[in-house]
Amino acid sequence: MIKLELQSVDIAYGHNMVVKDLNFQVMPGEMVGLIGPNGSGKSTIIKAISRVITLCSGKIMLDGKDVFKMPRGDLARSLGVVPQMSILPSAFTAFEIVLMGRNPHLGLLQYEGERDFAITWRAMEMTATHSLAQRKVGELSGGEIQRIVIARVLTQEPKSILLDEPTANLDIRHQVDILDLIKNLCLENNLMVVIALHDLNLAAQYCDRLILINNGQVHAQGTPEEVINSQNMKEVYGADGCVYAHPVNGLPAVLLKAGNSHHAKPRGVIRDGIV
Amino acid sequence: MTLNQLKSSFMEQSVPIHFPHWRRRIYSIIGLLIALIGVVAVATAIGSVHIPFLTTFRSLLSQLPLVDITSGLSSTTETIIMEIRLPRVILAGLVGAALALAGAAYQGLFRNPLADPYLIGVAQGASLGAVVGFTLPINWHGMGFGIIPLLAFAGAIISVAIVYSLARVGKTLPVTTLILAGVALGALWGSIVSYLIITSGEKMHGILFWLMGSFALSQWSEVKVVLPYIVVGVAVILIYSRSLNIMQLNEEQAQQLGVNVEKVKLILLAAATLITAAAVSFVGTIGFVGILVPHAVRLVWGPDYRFLLPLSVLSGAIFLILADLIARTALAPTEIPIGVITAVCGAPFFLYLLRRKKRVVFF
Repeated sequence: MIKLELQSVDIAYGHNMVVKDLNFQVMPGEMVGLIGPNGSGKSTIIKAISRVITLCSGKIMLDGKDVFKMPRGDLARSLGVVPQMSILPSAFTAFEIVLMGRNPHLGLLQYEGERDFAITWRAMEMTATHSLAQRKVGELSGGEIQRIVIARVLTQEPKSILLDEPTANLDIRHQVDILDLIKNLCLENNLMVVIALHDLNLAAQYCDRLILINNGQVHAQGTPEEVINSQNMKEVYGADGCVYAHPVNGLPAVLLKAGNSHHAKPRGVIRDGIV
Repeated sequence: MTLNQLKSSFMEQSVPIHFPHWRRRIYSIIGLLIALIGVVAVATAIGSVHIPFLTTFRSLLSQLPLVDITSGLSSTTETIIMEIRLPRVILAGLVGAALALAGAAYQGLFRNPLADPYLIGVAQGASLGAVVGFTLPINWHGMGFGIIPLLAFAGAIISVAIVYSLARVGKTLPVTTLILAGVALGALWGSIVSYLIITSGEKMHGILFWLMGSFALSQWSEVKVVLPYIVVGVAVILIYSRSLNIMQLNEEQAQQLGVNVEKVKLILLAAATLITAAAVSFVGTIGFVGILVPHAVRLVWGPDYRFLLPLSVLSGAIFLILADLIARTALAPTEIPIGVITAVCGAPFFLYLLRRKKRVVFF
């Protein structure tokens, strides 16, 4: 059975433990959301799975093989990553950037052939970026760049995709566009998807399963209803009574109201600047 | 549309966009190759002793295998062409190609448009080696050339080795640390060189001439020594051109696309340093080629390293052959240091390109 599995993973930056004893599994066709406050370790987990940083202890198994013992090319053929903010070299065209996804499939002395061009083109059609093919990426908007990066991941033909806040900095329409695209890809191609998300509402709408992370540890995991409830929101985010049922599909929705913070109670008034 | 459909449909549907710019770049490579051969022939024909163009071309052709022409020249003319001019032109071409390619590789490796082959201490190390060679009392001549090229080569390699070991953090080599260590060590070598120049007395002229670069004493023996380094180094760098493209994203994304970033960095660094050291050790630290040629190529043909690198090799060779032609003929019989020519001719041309394409992002 193909699956992605993290077994008691510990990760540290220097002496600072950021992820402690993390365990979870992802099955094909499943979209798993990593949620949690800033600095809880979501991005770190994505980086560890894609082997950009090393583990202190534990194992990450993909399809029964240890990720850290695979050659990088093999890993890139089965795992694609959409990073948080993609800074792309501005003079390259969108097509050239997407074509880079074929790299793990090519030998050192091999050039891209018709087949690689065709796969690249279809990936751009799937992400609706084919009309941008000859544009320089320096001229493109945030949403377009994000779609191009997703197209690049598709040209890798991976079995699993990791996404780190792919909708940060996008407007609501583009957020929905990107997540619909990912959800469809996940279902139709039986992909394993791990997605780190800030937005709890989007996470509840799109993910089959959520893993709530706090201080590098799993606070709760399960279906959106099991994870996003008043008690967890209070314990992790310190937000009281903010979970409601979505009026259309009944999934949990988080609605905030002003003046509910436990932390930022101003103790004085600033008049002529800070004295 | 699923990935399976994607896989099955690629056979029947061809890509609906064409790659005109790819074809254009391949034609450009062929065009520059022909131009290079022409420039070699013309540069060999021009010089202080007047030899007609056609005579020169016949003489050059007669040297080629499978060509049945006798040059029918006097042995003096033959010697001028084959033993004085041709090795000089070939060496200028090799050095130009090496410096331009190393510059392009460093710019890609460091993702920095200001990078040039001398950024991490190659030039300063070579200069220190050479200047020490000038001040040494011994006068050793083996292999048809003096001790100065050997010391310059050693200085360049040792300098980069020190920079490399200083910049290494664990198993990784952070690019910023590498640049800073290179600049700092380069400044140290530079100050020692300045001191040695001030105290060198009557050798000062020779030292300064070496530092600005010259092909005046080029011989076949030098070409034979430089050629293997440059051929191997160029081949290695060209092989990694796709990796260099992907490393323009950033190191994290390059790793996620299957590039072994640390290994590629090390290989490219070693190859680029080797060809730079080989190039400067005989002819001095010629400036401007390594930074100007790759940028000019980028402005004209775009940033794709698979084309940028071979086009830089050819453009660098053509540029330096022409620069040396001006250096030896403009004020003949006085030779102008070639570093002066590369800057005087190269800078205005580069600024013209920059103006013409100023609205286009190019790095």
